[in-house]
Amino acid sequence: MDFVLSKEHQMLRKMYREFAENEVKPLAAEIDEEERFPTETVEKMAKLGMMGIYFPKEYGGAGGDILSYAMCVEELAKVCGTTAVIVSAHTSLCCAPIFEHGTEEQKKKYLPDLLSGKKIGAFGLTEPNAGTDASGQQTTAVLEGDHYVLNGSKCFITNGTVADTIVVFAMTDPKAGNHGISAFIVEKSFPGFSVGKHEKKMGIRGSSTCDLIFQDCIVPKENLLGQEGKGFKIAMMTLDGGRIGIASQALGIGEGAIDEAVKYTQERVQFKKRLSQFQNTQFQLADMHTRMQAAQYLVYAAAMKKQNHEPYSMDAAMAKLFAAEAASDVTRRAVQLFGGYGYTREYPVERMMRDAKITEIYEGTSEVQRMVIASHLGVK
Amino acid sequence: MKIIVCVKQVPDTSGKVAVNPDGTLNRASMAAITNPDDLNAVEAALSLKEQTGAEIIVVSMGPPPAEGMLREVMARGVDRAVLVSGREFGGSDTYATSQILAAAINKIGVGPEDIVMCGRQAIDGDTAQVGPQIAEKLGLPQVSYAAEIKKDGDTLTIKRMLEDGYMTIKVKTPCLITCIKELNTPRYMSVNGIFECYAKPYEIFDYNTLKDDPLIDPSTIGLKGSPTNIFKSFTPPQKGVGMMLEGADKATCDKLAGILAAKHMI
Repeated sequence: MDFVLSKEHQMLRKMYREFAENEVKPLAAEIDEEERFPTETVEKMAKLGMMGIYFPKEYGGAGGDILSYAMCVEELAKVCGTTAVIVSAHTSLCCAPIFEHGTEEQKKKYLPDLLSGKKIGAFGLTEPNAGTDASGQQTTAVLEGDHYVLNGSKCFITNGTVADTIVVFAMTDPKAGNHGISAFIVEKSFPGFSVGKHEKKMGIRGSSTCDLIFQDCIVPKENLLGQEGKGFKIAMMTLDGGRIGIASQALGIGEGAIDEAVKYTQERVQFKKRLSQFQNTQFQLADMHTRMQAAQYLVYAAAMKKQNHEPYSMDAAMAKLFAAEAASDVTRRAVQLFGGYGYTREYPVERMMRDAKITEIYEGTSEVQRMVIASHLGVK
Repeated sequence: MKIIVCVKQVPDTSGKVAVNPDGTLNRASMAAITNPDDLNAVEAALSLKEQTGAEIIVVSMGPPPAEGMLREVMARGVDRAVLVSGREFGGSDTYATSQILAAAINKIGVGPEDIVMCGRQAIDGDTAQVGPQIAEKLGLPQVSYAAEIKKDGDTLTIKRMLEDGYMTIKVKTPCLITCIKELNTPRYMSVNGIFECYAKPYEIFDYNTLKDDPLIDPSTIGLKGSPTNIFKSFTPPQKGVGMMLEGADKATCDKLAGILAAKHMI
């Protein structure tokens, strides 16, 4: 067993870190405050191959691997949770299902623009009445000649307002339950498609989160992703991969909060001592770092298993569960170490605490991760 | 067309500068980075590559671990790298270094359409001598302090930035240009570039590779071939905080003029 990163991964870490420090960190507070999608950052990331990291070059990807993608999301999240989830949702939830389940024609048509970052991707599964219970899909798709007609709505869609290409799930056979769900590749220009209300969120406020509305939306038959009735399986497989992305985001947010707390406690003086000289501070930071380091091992292990085509569903669930709960805990403790200043927007830790919370909720709540892990243990 | 770019690995002086008891830099205790001006030269070469399709080769003289830096430069889009490395080259000053680098560039070959680029100066020695000396030894026309470069056929129009103004001059290839930070903003490594950089051609030129070049002679390289002797190294005393005058009224301006006149500055 070897815990040393390859030379390429070390170089990637350096590049991601330089990019995050110089291009992402300076905007983090502003896009949070203004609830503004950082289009300019996405354009810069696209040029560096960060919008298609682990996909083959023949489709316009950067030819990297899953670990290099996880590290990218991690480094971005250290300074900005919003920017991290833009990459994660685009990559794991839109590019990945098209790459893994698409026909050659679909891959050639959609992946080059997505992987080069010319277009942004999203994923439409959640509905007002189908959240954790994703099988309760009410959006319908009816085949009429050479196209499907979609009706219904989706909610809480990350990248929703800015996405050009969206992987959407709908019932093609409402009587068949899970087996009646199908997946489609929808372009925002398709007739009958529109974007609904924009959510005002607690954290990751620069990311776009909105409703998608399908009103007699015409989707060409060739845009069916995978087979009819296999949509639920595609959704679950996609979310397995997505969890590595969100776990990486949580990991980065927690690590970023520790970086800030280490810096601050070495500067702040109370009772004629630096805060870092108090044993409480040292113990807090030691616990915080230990938790995030454990999270990193879980996240990287899940990434390597996916890379090596080993079963990784339980690993991804454990990584997300642990990293998300650790991030929430660590960011809360960071705010506490900062005291009153930590509660103000003058320092980034309150934003990190708000950003961390969502990682316990989206792409499967922590409760769902526990269900997945328990099911792999055979506990019924 | 080829563009040969000279780069140097230097200690990062933006953090804490560590000095040995004998006054020389303690390089081992400082992080190694690519010399900042050299990255401007690399960026200028990459921009010209986008325009002309030129092949870019980076050359560096240094110990074997400098490979890491050269791979990073290749991850930005450079095509191949040459590390000039050998015991015989150790201890070289700027004269001997430019002698060796010129021989290495000769080995690569400078054709009629080719350009050699260097950073203005390295942040460790700050001499700004190596680039111009290479040009002299290769018999190439040189343009230093480039803040803007335009290429049209075999003619380069270069805006030089000097302390008291600009100078725009035209030069034909082959030539050598030294670049300053005002020239451009170096790009980041890319994900694709990083995954490709270890597969790109990488060569080491040692003493045996270069020994037949007329520039290479035991008396012109290494410590023996270096006419520079370090007499003394020291940290210069900190300057005072300076004097601040506030206001734009006549009395303040007169006072300022008086102070400057007393120091014979105006």
